[in-house]
Amino acid sequence: MSARQAPTLPIRNRKSTMAQQPETRISATTPRLDVAHLAKTYGSGEKSHTVIEDLTFTVDAGEVVCIVGPSGVGKTTLLKCLAGLHPASSGRASIDGRTISGPPPEMALVFQDYNRSLMPWLTVRKNLILPLRHLKLPAAELKERCDSALAAVGLSHADNQYPWQLSGGMQQRVAIARALAYRPEILIMDEPFASVDAQTRFDLEDLCLKIRKDFNMTILVVTHDIDEAVYLADRVVVLGSRPARVLKVVDVDLPAPRDQITTRSLPDFARQRTEVLSLIKRPA
Amino acid sequence: MRNVKIRNWVIGAGTPVLLLAAWWFLSANSTDPFFPPLQTILVRFQELWLFEHFQSDVLLSLGNLFVGFAIAAVAGIGLGFATALLPPVRWMIDPLIHFLRGIPPVALVPIFISLIGFGTQMRVTSIALAALFPTMIATVDGIRSVSNDLMDVARVYRLSRKERVLNVLLPAAMPQIFSGLQVSLQVAFIVMIASEMLGSSQGIGAMTLLAQQSFMTADMWAGILLLGVIGFLVNILFSLLKRKVLSWYIGSRRMARAA
Ligand SMILES: Nc1ncnc2c1ncn2[C@@H]1O[C@H](COP(=O)(O)OP(=O)(O)OP(=O)(O)O)[C@@H](O)[C@H]1O
Ligand SMILES: [Mg+2]
Repeated sequence: MSARQAPTLPIRNRKSTMAQQPETRISATTPRLDVAHLAKTYGSGEKSHTVIEDLTFTVDAGEVVCIVGPSGVGKTTLLKCLAGLHPASSGRASIDGRTISGPPPEMALVFQDYNRSLMPWLTVRKNLILPLRHLKLPAAELKERCDSALAAVGLSHADNQYPWQLSGGMQQRVAIARALAYRPEILIMDEPFASVDAQTRFDLEDLCLKIRKDFNMTILVVTHDIDEAVYLADRVVVLGSRPARVLKVVDVDLPAPRDQITTRSLPDFARQRTEVLSLIKRPA
Repeated sequence: MRNVKIRNWVIGAGTPVLLLAAWWFLSANSTDPFFPPLQTILVRFQELWLFEHFQSDVLLSLGNLFVGFAIAAVAGIGLGFATALLPPVRWMIDPLIHFLRGIPPVALVPIFISLIGFGTQMRVTSIALAALFPTMIATVDGIRSVSNDLMDVARVYRLSRKERVLNVLLPAAMPQIFSGLQVSLQVAFIVMIASEMLGSSQGIGAMTLLAQQSFMTADMWAGILLLGVIGFLVNILFSLLKRKVLSWYIGSRRMARAA
C-alpha cells in the first residue's frame, strides 16, 4: 500500500523525448527499465494472495530480455505491473528513473489472451488504427505504419477481415502488428508466439530481433519455450517459487546476428538452455 | 442452405396469407354484427386509413411512436452510460434498476397510462418514459459485462476517455443495448395505442376504440388490422437496422457456433 507513488509524475511527450530532454537521455549506466524489489499482492485482509514477493532485475535500452518460469508463477501479473495496469504492492518499477504509475506512453503490451484483446467489431486494419488515432498522425504515415506492420507479420491480405474470421495464430499476429504499428520504444509481449506453427514462430522470433535492430527497441518477452528464450534474449530472467522470486538472471553470450539454424546448433546454445532448464526443473 | 432459406421465407410469408384467405372465406357470408366479412373490413380499411384519416391519424400515431421511441433510445443509452460510469448517478439509479428488473416492462404500462394527460406532448412523454427503462437497464448490463481485457487494452494504448466510451464501451455493449431497444420498441407501441385509446380523440387507437363504442365493427376491425400491419413493418425496419449495426456480432456468433 505505502509504496504507491504520487499518481502523476510528468509524462514525456512522445515527440519531444529525444530532442528536448538531454538530462533524461539513456546513458550506459541507467537501465531503461528498472524493477526494484517489486511485490504484488492481490486482494487484502484474509483473502489476500501474494503472487510476487520480491523481484529485482533491469533491462537496458535496446536489449531483448526473456522471462521464463512455471505456469502460474506470476509472469502476466509482473507484466501488468510494468504496463501500469496494476499498482505494485511494494517496491517499484521505473522507466528511465520515472516510477511507473500508469500506462507509460512509450510502451506497448501484447496480451497473452490475444483473442480477447482484439476488438471484434473492427476489421484488422481498424484494430491497428484505434490506438493511433490520438497520435493525430498524417493519413499517409498512418497507412504506412499499418501496411508495414501487417506485412511484417505476414497478414497484408487479411486487413479487411474481422478477427473472429481468423485462426488463433493469425489473431495473435494481429495483436503483434497492432503493437508494431504503435512504434513503442519498449515492447512487452506475453507468450506472443504460443499458438502459431513452427515456421511462423521462427519468422516472428526473427522479426522480433529485426525490429530491435531497426528501431533500437527494448523488448521484454515472456515465454514458456526455453529454446526460444535463449535464442532471442541477451539475458534470461528465470522466475520461480511461490510467491515469485528471481531464481537467476542468465546472461546469454551467443554471437549476433542470430540465425535459426547456426545459432541453435552452437554448443554454447545447448549449454545455456541446459542451464536455464535445470533452474526451472529444480524443486522449488 | 439456400433451400432452407427459401423454405423459411415461404412459411413466413405463406402463413399469414393462408390465415387471411381462411378469414376471407369463412367470414364471406357472415351476418354476425361482431364478425363482418373481411371484404367489408378491407373496404373500410381502404376508405378510412388510406385516404380520410391518413394524415390526421395514421401519421400522427406513427409520429408519436417514432419521436417517443427515439427520445427513449437516446436517453436510455445516455442514462445507462451515466449509471454505469458515474458513481453518484449509480447510487441514485441502481436501487430503481433493481426494483424494475423484476417487473416485466409491459406491466409498467398502466403507471404511464395513468400519468397521461391530454395533448400530443403528454402522449409522447409517456411513450418515451415507458420505453426508456428497458434500454437503460440493458445498457447498464451491457457496459458492466464488457471484458476487463478490452479495457486493459484501451488503457495500455492510452485511449482517451471519449475514445474509451465511444470506440470501446459503446460497440462492445451494442448487442445488449439492441435487445433493450427491441423491448423498448414493443413498449412504445403499446403505450402509443393505449394513450390514444384513453386520452385522445385522434390517432389510430382513438379511432379504433371510437368505432367499437359506436358499434361500427368493420371500422374497429380495420383499425386492429392496421395496427397489426404497422407493428409488423416497424419490426421489420428494426431488424434491418439491427442486422446492419450488429453484423460483426451476428457473424462472430455464427462462426462460434460453426466451430
Ligand atoms: N486479477 C487477479 N486477482 C487475483 N489473483 C490473480 C489475478 N490475476 C492473477 N491472479 C493469480 O496470480 C497468480 C499468477 O497468475 P499469472 O497469470 O500472473 O501467472 P502466469 O505466470 O502468467 O501463468 P501462465 O504462464 O499460465 O500464463 C495465479 O495464482 C492467479 O490465480
Ligand atoms: Mg500468463
